[in-house]
Amino acid sequence: MKPEVILHSFGYLTRAAGATIAVSFAGIVLGFAIGSAICAARVSRRPWLRRAGAVYVSVFRGVPLLVQLLFIYYFLAEYGIDVPAIVAAVGALALSSAAYQAEILRGALNAVPRGQGEAATALGFSGLDIWRRILMPQALRISTPPLISEFILLLKASSLVSVVGIAELTRVSMNIASETYRPLEAYLAGGLFYLAINLCLAALGALAERRLGAPGAR
Amino acid sequence: MSLFWHYAPSLLSGFGVTILCWAAGGALGLMLGFAIALIRRLRLAPVNGLIRVFIEIFRGTPFLVQLFLLYAGGPSIGLRLSATAAGILGLALYSSAYFAEIFRAGFAAVPAGQIEAAVSVGMAPIDTMMRVMLPGALIAAVPSIVNMLIILSKETVVLSIITVPELMYQVQTMAAETFTAFDAIFGMAVFYWLLVEVVSRAGARIEARVTAYLAHQGAPA
Repeated sequence: MKPEVILHSFGYLTRAAGATIAVSFAGIVLGFAIGSAICAARVSRRPWLRRAGAVYVSVFRGVPLLVQLLFIYYFLAEYGIDVPAIVAAVGALALSSAAYQAEILRGALNAVPRGQGEAATALGFSGLDIWRRILMPQALRISTPPLISEFILLLKASSLVSVVGIAELTRVSMNIASETYRPLEAYLAGGLFYLAINLCLAALGALAERRLGAPGAR
Repeated sequence: MSLFWHYAPSLLSGFGVTILCWAAGGALGLMLGFAIALIRRLRLAPVNGLIRVFIEIFRGTPFLVQLFLLYAGGPSIGLRLSATAAGILGLALYSSAYFAEIFRAGFAAVPAGQIEAAVSVGMAPIDTMMRVMLPGALIAAVPSIVNMLIILSKETVVLSIITVPELMYQVQTMAAETFTAFDAIFGMAVFYWLLVEVVSRAGARIEARVTAYLAHQGAPA
């Protein structure tokens, strides 16, 4: 063991950790936008929309992320769309995460008691107001802890984008391993960075769960 | 299409390696996870502390980094493994952390009253374990186990990165040799989607069967 390998490349690893967080954050935010649309499709009144939403979720949860990532990467190349690899990387993370986030949001919507929507209708709320003032705030509240769990999963999954050459934590650990011939120290250091980030996120999740517990749980 | 037939043998062997890694990694992970959950029940403070650290590490770091650590970092501490062996061991260690938590939740789901009842009718501790706690815990755990095994089947493609000759690796080799990257990866995506759909459906059936069997076993004779 040569711990100085880790100390020497600490700055390098810190920047790489920033890249990992940035890529995952972009993926989760974009995934939330797409996931909300998929969720809306899945609870829509139109059967074909519901069907399309279900197929999306089934495909993106069924195909391994690495396959999705390379598919998007080669798809862009096949059709001559010349974009940096980071677009394929964030795109793959977002599309995959959207499927999981859509299911989290749908579950949260179902957890809001039916009677509340009915009561609002009886009081003369418009459909949009019911969404905006009653369903959405509660669904977001219920879904915050599982969304943070999803962020942790995505952060770990983002290690796969090292395959298309993004200089994030895993890729940089690989570079350090090959430059110093010290793979054990390099990957231990990379792993520790992931662990530190995820423990912080898990603590945040626990806090969110206490603060935003489902109404009626207390 | 003729290209496909040319590569059929290597694709088939890749599929075999995928199934081997999945089955071996999953089985070892289940056993290790179950052992961890049992040891945890002994409530030995230092041991449980170590177990918690083990679980946090394997659930808090990416599977890919764990694989690199095993395969590339292993030789530094005298652990020399072939890519496939490292892949199987990696899958086993990674999944064991999740399985340990699944079994722990399963044991927690057995109502305390059932255990008290077993003790009060004079059941030996081993019988209480085998006839009351274990069936109850397994019934509670089966859906999560099936779910984790499905997640694990998708993780096997990551093994291609450390050159385990499984299906993804063979597909990428074929793609590189024939310049058909897009078609190859498209085929792979469709194949995996179908595989996971079939496994999920089968999983739901197995779940129902196992639950029925265990409920019968656990019933007083």
